[in-house]
Amino acid sequence: MGRKLHIEALRYNPLDPSSKPYMQSYHLEEHPSMTLFVALMQIRETQDPTLQFDFCCRAGICGSCGMVINGRPGLACSTQTTSLPEHITLHPLPVFKLIGDLSVDTGTWFRDVGKRIEAWVHTNTPFDENAQETRMANALATEIFELDRCIECGCCVAACGTARMREDFLGATSINRMARFHIDPRDNRGKQDFYDLIGNNDGVFGCMGLLGCEDVCPKSLPLQDQLGIMRRMLALHSVKNIIPQSLRGRLEKKCCCHEKH
Amino acid sequence: MRIYHTDLLCMGAGLAGERVAVEAAAAGFDVICLSLVPPKRSHSSAAMGGMQAALGNSAMSEGDSPDIHFTDTVKGSDWGCDQDVARLFADTAPIAMREMAWMGVPWSRVDPGVHTYYKGGKPFQAEEKEEKRGLIHSRAFGGTAKWRTCYTSDGTGHSVLFTLDSRLLQMGVAVHDRTQAEALIHDGDKCMGCIARCLRTGELVAYFAQVTLIATGGYGRVYPATTNAIICDGGGQITALDTGCVPLGNMEAVQFHPTGTVPTDILVTEGCRGDGGTLLDVNEYRFMPDYEPEKAELASRDVVSRRMTEHMRKGLGVKSPYGDHLWLDIRHLGEKHITTNLREVYDISTKFLGVNPIHQLIPVRPTHHYSMGGVRTNRDGAAYGLKGLFSAGEAACWDMHGFNRLGGNSLAETVVAGRIVGKKVVEYLQGTDTTFNTLAMKQTALQVQERIDDMASGRKGRENCFTLRAELHKTMMDNVGIFRKGEELQKAVDKLQELLVRSEQIALTGRAVGGAPELALALRIRGMIKLGLCTAYGALMRTESRGAHAREDYPERNDKDWLVRTLAYWKEGESLPVLKYEPATPHFELPPGERGYGGGKIITAEIPQEMIRPFGSPNKQG
Repeated sequence: MGRKLHIEALRYNPLDPSSKPYMQSYHLEEHPSMTLFVALMQIRETQDPTLQFDFCCRAGICGSCGMVINGRPGLACSTQTTSLPEHITLHPLPVFKLIGDLSVDTGTWFRDVGKRIEAWVHTNTPFDENAQETRMANALATEIFELDRCIECGCCVAACGTARMREDFLGATSINRMARFHIDPRDNRGKQDFYDLIGNNDGVFGCMGLLGCEDVCPKSLPLQDQLGIMRRMLALHSVKNIIPQSLRGRLEKKCCCHEKH
Repeated sequence: MRIYHTDLLCMGAGLAGERVAVEAAAAGFDVICLSLVPPKRSHSSAAMGGMQAALGNSAMSEGDSPDIHFTDTVKGSDWGCDQDVARLFADTAPIAMREMAWMGVPWSRVDPGVHTYYKGGKPFQAEEKEEKRGLIHSRAFGGTAKWRTCYTSDGTGHSVLFTLDSRLLQMGVAVHDRTQAEALIHDGDKCMGCIARCLRTGELVAYFAQVTLIATGGYGRVYPATTNAIICDGGGQITALDTGCVPLGNMEAVQFHPTGTVPTDILVTEGCRGDGGTLLDVNEYRFMPDYEPEKAELASRDVVSRRMTEHMRKGLGVKSPYGDHLWLDIRHLGEKHITTNLREVYDISTKFLGVNPIHQLIPVRPTHHYSMGGVRTNRDGAAYGLKGLFSAGEAACWDMHGFNRLGGNSLAETVVAGRIVGKKVVEYLQGTDTTFNTLAMKQTALQVQERIDDMASGRKGRENCFTLRAELHKTMMDNVGIFRKGEELQKAVDKLQELLVRSEQIALTGRAVGGAPELALALRIRGMIKLGLCTAYGALMRTESRGAHAREDYPERNDKDWLVRTLAYWKEGESLPVLKYEPATPHFELPPGERGYGGGKIITAEIPQEMIRPFGSPNKQG
């Protein structure tokens, strides 16, 4: 038979004046192919219907179920219980506003930063329904899609030292998003525009370089590289009137060791 | 009570809802989107495969046209669709794809040169033309004559949804996420918005809107084994049905996808088979060509699902603790293809099944997947029965899918219908004004509040909503599945009627402070049972087999008597829907005939001459 799992979850309902934060224990038997999604649903249906948590696609695609699993941010739906010890502790993601128990408000956070970084393709060309689409090299389309794969689960933000200290920090997810627009030829923003939006302490220059973001990203996005690329580009842009053009040109061409271009 | 006022209220902020919202916002109207989850988490994001549109850029789609797309769609629907709508869809799809490219979708593009592709597991070479370099590429999906499915690697739904949502952000459209619509406000003639419950705080909120759009996706959660996200509980359809004047169309038309994984029911994309994946049985024998020599694994979904079930019934399935299943084999596609073009499949197999598809077989079986039925609308997306109510996407029965939809046609429908219905919503908004009835609003809110109070106090009984859901699930899976029989359907109808009575007697077991997940489900379960009844009763009454609706006791497709669409109305206090019927299509460009796959006998109908239209895109006819 399966192991006896001991799942401890943070309980706190901010809307209930009588509620105080505490850890509550649940015990259940492990089954083959059990994920934390299966375990938590079972707890809600058979032990405690008031336990709050979020799931949607339950397939690792929608990013709803980020939580801190044995001290590490991750997606609960794609975490097999067999990959964990018998004693499992669950906490809500930090940084985001707590809705209750394991449920946090990532939606509001991401809409807010989306507005701040103007996370859309900036174009003045109107759509012409009789025209053929503008051509794009497939390699570039693939490169854009690679960065577009972020599911906004919030794990990188929860694992970010800077975000924990400064609530306005945009986080790796936003810098990655800007890198996506930066390489998209349909977006007509120039360096100065990117500098205005993320060339500051809330953006690329705020990162302390702890890089917990990349460690926990469930989609294995190249967050570290994108930070490096954007920070280098904007750092050089910020001194464009100070260092000579020739030197800047050389610096722009010279890349970090792990960049292949 | 907080009361919001807006021009357009979108219930649901997946692809269809957001596409309509963009159209209205662009025309200067005020829009609020309600969503159970942050919009980018909508179930649209999980659709990996792609969108069908006859762009004809790739080598394997040469010579494609909206005419061929239209023909595939009508055949796929088993002649159950509205052909005027299917035509409108096929003609508009290429424009809608280009528009999404303009908005920022990183579609996979044509890369000229000789490429190796797979068909039926065998490699072959095709040359992509230099003149098509950089145009939108396409891949193969089931039931199509050409490779027509536009895609972005294996994250099509995700990237199109992120692009559309970014547009909403740019236009400043208000999004109220974590909000569950509970009832429409109406006076029997006009819809004026809805009463919703905030899932953050639990409070009831009223929305007054000139136009209300239902775009809440499918209702797959009526079944236990479904690929649908857990939010796909039919919330929008329930609010429409509860009005008593808006019918749901063809609710018995339910699609089972051939490749749900075992035991998690997570979908692996049709792209697997489109790219050359094969289905194997317990002896690792490829059986599909025996049943379908022409299309094999790429026949339409209803046919492949039935053939798989048929094969497993012969005892050739693979036994497992979770029941019988078959294998999906993509090993021959190679590591590079699997880890790029089919990466989500790779991730799902390794993370959820502990299977490495580069070297191992993936356990699959037919799993509930899609609702062809939904809120019945006209070709403009306007719901029958109430002015100011529209519907689009899977929630709607527009009806281009009839009794079976093709892979890649539903994702395409979201943005194509969104574009078309969006323009019609704008026209409506420009020409109409609404008088908001505060009395109707208060009465609706009171009714919802009373249900909540009943459940919280337990004054109506002691029923548990989780138990009711489990019984609903079992009834639907056992009796309203892939193959159907009169006696089983009758059993389902009887049981569901009993459950409906019990659903009025729910008592919450936990305290309901704030969002209260138990209460959210308890409020839904009655409606979900009604949707189950519309499905089961519609299936019982339809004494023929068509598309996904396969009656073992009536195996023929009966065009003589059943070339019609079921309309299910629910009068208040009744225990069954009232079923009415209308002609499946106002015109025939393509008179009923053989699909070319699936077999089966047809009882033919005489089609009146005045209903037949010349074949071909009206654009081309000039």
